[in-house]
Amino acid sequence: MATFGQNVEATIPALRRYARALTRDSDIADDLVQDTLVRALRSEHLFHGGEVRSWLYTILTNLNRNRLRSLSRRPMLMPLEDNDAPVLAGPEGGGRDIERALATLVDDQRNALLLVVLEGLTYREVAEVQGVPIGTVMSRLARARVQIKTFLDGGRPALRRVK
Amino acid sequence: MIDRDSPVTEEELHAFVDGEVPADRQEAVAAWLTAHPEDAALVAGWRAQADSIRARYGAVVNEPVPVRLTLDQVMRKDRSSGRSWTAMAAAAAVVAFLGGGATGWVAHGAATGTPSSFDTITAEALEAYKLYVVEVRHPVEVPGNERPHMTQWLTKRLGYQQYIPDLESMGLKLVGGRLLPGPTGAAAAFYMYEGASGERFTVYSAPATSPETALRYKDGDRSAAFYWVDDKHAYVVSGPADKDRLKTVTRAVWEQIDRSGARKS
Repeated sequence: MATFGQNVEATIPALRRYARALTRDSDIADDLVQDTLVRALRSEHLFHGGEVRSWLYTILTNLNRNRLRSLSRRPMLMPLEDNDAPVLAGPEGGGRDIERALATLVDDQRNALLLVVLEGLTYREVAEVQGVPIGTVMSRLARARVQIKTFLDGGRPALRRVK
Repeated sequence: MIDRDSPVTEEELHAFVDGEVPADRQEAVAAWLTAHPEDAALVAGWRAQADSIRARYGAVVNEPVPVRLTLDQVMRKDRSSGRSWTAMAAAAAVVAFLGGGATGWVAHGAATGTPSSFDTITAEALEAYKLYVVEVRHPVEVPGNERPHMTQWLTKRLGYQQYIPDLESMGLKLVGGRLLPGPTGAAAAFYMYEGASGERFTVYSAPATSPETALRYKDGDRSAAFYWVDDKHAYVVSGPADKDRLKTVTRAVWEQIDRSGARKS
């Protein structure tokens, strides 16, 4: 039988992936994963069975919400969207597009979309992570997809088309 | 075959993309898409979005995990920063010497000075909640397993008997507490509780002279608070903006404080 620690350890690469997509910054992402692990190990006694993986996603999602909340209370120190960055061609350019599109999503919608599409959680699992009914998860997904489409169709910065 | 009586809904289209359509409905959805090019285009677009997301971030799982994220390192760091709960439990024995020491009581009126309104105290409590609830490593000054010490210390500083509620039965563990400047210059006590998924609630107490005892509720964007006054002492329970859950927690806190007051008199 896999121990609690082994289950946690096996999930670390996926947590890093989720955190990277949430934060778009590898250092912040790994800080988030580290805080998630600290909290998980500390709260092991509060964990009463169930899926360790879902529980870890829940902690990480909550910690990221706290992080965004505390950011919003500070003066704006975040870099502006790098519209002045050199135009990237090729597959890397496409990656930047989806990255920016994700950044325009409301927190809950981004969480739901990433958990389904990137992390492969079922709707039911996402509902547990977010603490909402499945119907809410589905409407968050739908809204996220509409927003991304709108962004990619029309919101593309004009600079990108400049040679 | 397309069943004309049960057209495919947009929800089903999403579920189709995400592999959540039941097996007996798969064929119907596929047929629907053949017959409805606009819906097929939507589905193709959503799939392309998903592919871009996976192409952008999928490879992260293949990166070597940084050493600082291995469990050994995480545990060592936690322990060396003195915040490991198991290490704290061992330290609790050492703290026990405080138990027989200083008496907790100070003259009742000593710290109860200026009047404080519901708004001031609740605002202070919510500010404290927002400030400390995001702290992962140093949310409190005194950890929750030093409850007797904390009770004595804060009773002394605030000038009235502190009772730290036990919310374990609701899945909330006492993280600990801290001393804060109160709204009118007096001291305030601040206790933090945490659930299994990291959600946090806080109990804030400060002297009040307004005699009002009614339970009042205030909510903000992401946090909310219940406020009441009990024997010249104001209490504010703050938490995430989920009124029902907060009400349940508040009721437990109120009952325990009320009962502790009744026992003494």
